[in-house]
Amino acid sequence: MREQFEAGTYEVIVVGAGHAGCEAALAAARMGCKTLLLCINLDSIAMMPCNPAIGGTGKGHLVREIDALGGEMGRNIDKAFIQSRMLNTAKGPAVHSLRAQADKLRYHVEMKKVIENEENLDLKQGEVISLITDDKGVTGVLTRTGAIYHTKAVILATGTYLGGKIFIGSVNYESGPNGLAPSKELTQNLKQLKLQMRRFKTGTPARVDKKTLDFSKMEIQPGDEKIVPFSFMSEDLEREQEPCWLTYTNQNTHDVIRQNIHRSAMYGGDIEGTGPRYCPSIEDKVVRFADKERHQLFVEPEGLDTNEMYVQGMSTSLPEDVQIRFLRTIPGLERVKILRPAYAIEYDCVDPTQLKLTLECKNIPCLFSAGQFNGSSGYEEAAAQGLIAGINAALKIQNKEPFVLDRSEAYIGVLIDDLVTKGTNEPYRMMTSRAEYRLVLRQDNADLRLTEKGYQIGLVKEDRYRVYLERKQMIEEELERLRRVFITPEQGNEFLESMQSATIKSSISLYDLLKRPELTYDNIHIIDRERKPLPDHVINQCEIQTKYEGYIDKQLKQIEQFRKMESKRLDPEIDYHKIEGLRLEARQKLSTIKPLSIGQASRISGVSPADVSVLLVYLEQQRRKKVDEIE
Amino acid sequence: MIDDTIAAIGTAPGEAGIGIVRMSGPDAVSILDKLFVPTRGNSILEYGGRRLTHGHIVDPDTKNRVDEVLVTYMKAPYTYTAEDVTEIDCHGGIVPVRKILELVLRHGARIAEPGEFTKRAFLNGRIDLAQAEAVMDLIRAKTDVGFDVALGQLEGSLSKEVKRIRDKLLEMLAHITVNIDFPDEDIEEITYRTLKEQAEEIIGDIEGLLKTAHTGKIIREGLSTVIIGKPNVGKSSLMNALLRESRAIVTDIPGTTRDVIEEYVNIQGIPLRIIDTAGIRETEDFIEKIGVERSKEFFNRADLIIFVLNAAEPLSSEDEQIMKLVEHRDAIVLINKIDLPAKLEESKIQELLPGKRIIPISVLEGKGLQELEEAIVKMVYGGEVKHQDHSFVTNARHKNALERSKKSMEDAVGAIGQGMPLDFIEVDVKNTWEYLGEITGDTVGEDLIDKIFANFCLGK
Repeated sequence: MREQFEAGTYEVIVVGAGHAGCEAALAAARMGCKTLLLCINLDSIAMMPCNPAIGGTGKGHLVREIDALGGEMGRNIDKAFIQSRMLNTAKGPAVHSLRAQADKLRYHVEMKKVIENEENLDLKQGEVISLITDDKGVTGVLTRTGAIYHTKAVILATGTYLGGKIFIGSVNYESGPNGLAPSKELTQNLKQLKLQMRRFKTGTPARVDKKTLDFSKMEIQPGDEKIVPFSFMSEDLEREQEPCWLTYTNQNTHDVIRQNIHRSAMYGGDIEGTGPRYCPSIEDKVVRFADKERHQLFVEPEGLDTNEMYVQGMSTSLPEDVQIRFLRTIPGLERVKILRPAYAIEYDCVDPTQLKLTLECKNIPCLFSAGQFNGSSGYEEAAAQGLIAGINAALKIQNKEPFVLDRSEAYIGVLIDDLVTKGTNEPYRMMTSRAEYRLVLRQDNADLRLTEKGYQIGLVKEDRYRVYLERKQMIEEELERLRRVFITPEQGNEFLESMQSATIKSSISLYDLLKRPELTYDNIHIIDRERKPLPDHVINQCEIQTKYEGYIDKQLKQIEQFRKMESKRLDPEIDYHKIEGLRLEARQKLSTIKPLSIGQASRISGVSPADVSVLLVYLEQQRRKKVDEIE
Repeated sequence: MIDDTIAAIGTAPGEAGIGIVRMSGPDAVSILDKLFVPTRGNSILEYGGRRLTHGHIVDPDTKNRVDEVLVTYMKAPYTYTAEDVTEIDCHGGIVPVRKILELVLRHGARIAEPGEFTKRAFLNGRIDLAQAEAVMDLIRAKTDVGFDVALGQLEGSLSKEVKRIRDKLLEMLAHITVNIDFPDEDIEEITYRTLKEQAEEIIGDIEGLLKTAHTGKIIREGLSTVIIGKPNVGKSSLMNALLRESRAIVTDIPGTTRDVIEEYVNIQGIPLRIIDTAGIRETEDFIEKIGVERSKEFFNRADLIIFVLNAAEPLSSEDEQIMKLVEHRDAIVLINKIDLPAKLEESKIQELLPGKRIIPISVLEGKGLQELEEAIVKMVYGGEVKHQDHSFVTNARHKNALERSKKSMEDAVGAIGQGMPLDFIEVDVKNTWEYLGEITGDTVGEDLIDKIFANFCLGK
């Protein structure tokens, strides 16, 4: 028996200080809960153990949403980025996605500073080895050093530390990410608490020494000239930017890989976890896409104060000697030296269908979870869940209504609904194509969608709320002005002709003119004389809302339909085995998932439209019984 | 689910004197208003509810009168379903009822599921709790047994064809999506030209299926055929000859209050429903008769017109008048009485009715009847005689889904033409894919994401 001691009482305890844990702890503390953040190693707070970048398609949207709700990730990357790009600018505004290369060390340092200086938040190094529970749910945690902390809620954000095991060729050993200590005992405890656990896998490529690279053989990829910040709170940002570099594999690379494929941990069969399809290892790519002559790789800086470079596209579980051999076949990498070898890592996670939409465990009250523990992958996905778990833990303690975003409100809603309702068979990554209402859920309007909600729950503070209100007002006023100002044929036709735009016979509003593809807010200034100078983000918003009004309206109608189904509530206590007419598979699925609405029920695989009809009939029966009872 | 408007045929199909098409839901009255032209006044809305109002159902697109009807509307909540309910009483028989159902579906109603009127009545509190069980049974019966049984052979091959089109769409979607979601990957950019070609090909496929809706309807309901020609060209003897040839049927169904007789004839498996103008007395001038409302309606509604000329007489002004009527219709021209000395040149007819199939026959000697049958079969199957390989759309709900998918694919082509960004085009393509999925009962699920990772090499 380990010696134990009473170490303190908190309202919320967060286990793990990665991207999920940091957001969770900050959200809970900022909403007024006395919070403790426990972490195996304080040097790994907000560590980025894989790619040195935040954002990207879908993920950039998540960061914007986290920021709009009062989360930290957006502000932190704005402090720590060394390159910024808006992806997909050739496509519609809904899929424009921000991505920034981070200085990893700086990112960690800045986040640690924020956490250390947050009121209500204590930070401690310590490994949680078990949860303390009673019949009402979780009441505390026990650490390896024997410290007992009492609490009203626990948020697990254990990442790849939980049961972590690293694979490099035939070598494998228990380890957390990046050689950090793993968390070994907690899984056993969670299994005893009847949580369904599973094993996932991910991997990361080698880090190489910048001094040993020949950039003259690579294509340069610079950042954008005009930087768009991640946070709605950041003023215009200007910064010296670091480039990334593009090069390609070739037949020689593929030959080395093929000759040694039997030495890969993945192909050798040592790995039991399920890996994500969107980041396959290089050996996987070479085998599965055998006719592809070359694969691209980006060489990205890991920070300003280091020579380490990340070799994007070359994740592998081949042995270290093979890694160096195939890397040296690549143009620009002929003399490369590896600083850290690539590895695959297996870890324990939970089947997320055991969670509610609040990310609280259905069967263990007051136990919340977020991030890779819930079967997702990616810093942004983790942070988004951490934020929601933190918010809901705080609301629960304060006896307030839970906070759930639906699929029509945010990518965060899509992410959590997908995980909790459908489950996942591989580490889940966000993509814009997962969002049905993508045209409305844009990264440019995340604040307009969410900041009001964040304010209502108390996470958005006055400063952010004021910035939001000002921006909203400017947008509304400008849209109103564009609708009000009419251009007569005399005023407009000369200009329209010069733009090769159809001339007008009667007066037309600026708003309607802006709908024409060849006209932009910028180029109509010639006929729009009374306009006031406005910030770019306001102009951008007005332009999107006018130009794509037709498509957006179509989507808003679909959302209306969606909402009607979401608003038909189902009680989680329903005994589905007692409802006549449901098919067996539907009964089982509904009993595990316990959907909160007819809409959510209809998204469960195995629940057919006919089952949904049966549920509607059941709901009506119940409603009438109640009416009868009252009468 | 309960926010849309449903429609169904409220009478047993077939020979009833009156057919009823019933709608329930928020748009029931507005849809009726679009289609119904009252005999007096401009709109059904001028009449109070719960009154039978006389008038016509008119297709707003073609301005064609579909049928003479009596309509009623009843406002919520005092109706069977407690929603707005409308009823259209039309002439019995399959054709008018189907036509009207199709029209209301095209204008915003959705075909009701089995038991759905009852279900709504229950959900809206119109029937009592004890009946709930029965409603559930109905729903269950439909899913567990009904679906497969109902899916006959023809529809089985239809869903195969729909799946084939959906596979094409999925390839296209995966390519678009990968371009959107993985902009930094080394993947071929999809060009608008390729997109347009693919989209147009898919529209062509959907149109192909929609065309079979016509054939499917014929197989189910019969090819309505009118034999036309001036008196004494041999219409009656042609009819009798066809009846003799065909081993099947011969039922007389006197239309309600009509002086027209329908005869069914089986031509190589195709039911031909011949509107027998022999029922109209030969002594009367046929052209004049055509002017009579009802005959005109039959003529306008016919799928096929058999125009009979007399080879032994020169072309008369009457013949020429008829030619004008059949000019733009699916018609076969028969030059009868070739057993007599010829006074009519085939080439002249060809000139006057270009593109029409002309068959010289002698009903008396039984010559040319075989060719006539073949010509009919060919018209029905669109050039190909074999029909085993064909998929046919026989169901109004399927047809409706196909029409919506075609429309949304056309929207995609429009968006491509305007140079709209890729992600907007994707919205239309995805909608098409979902509408087609309604036919096969497939939902979106993870198909797309599976396809992306199967087809493209992505990753860090």
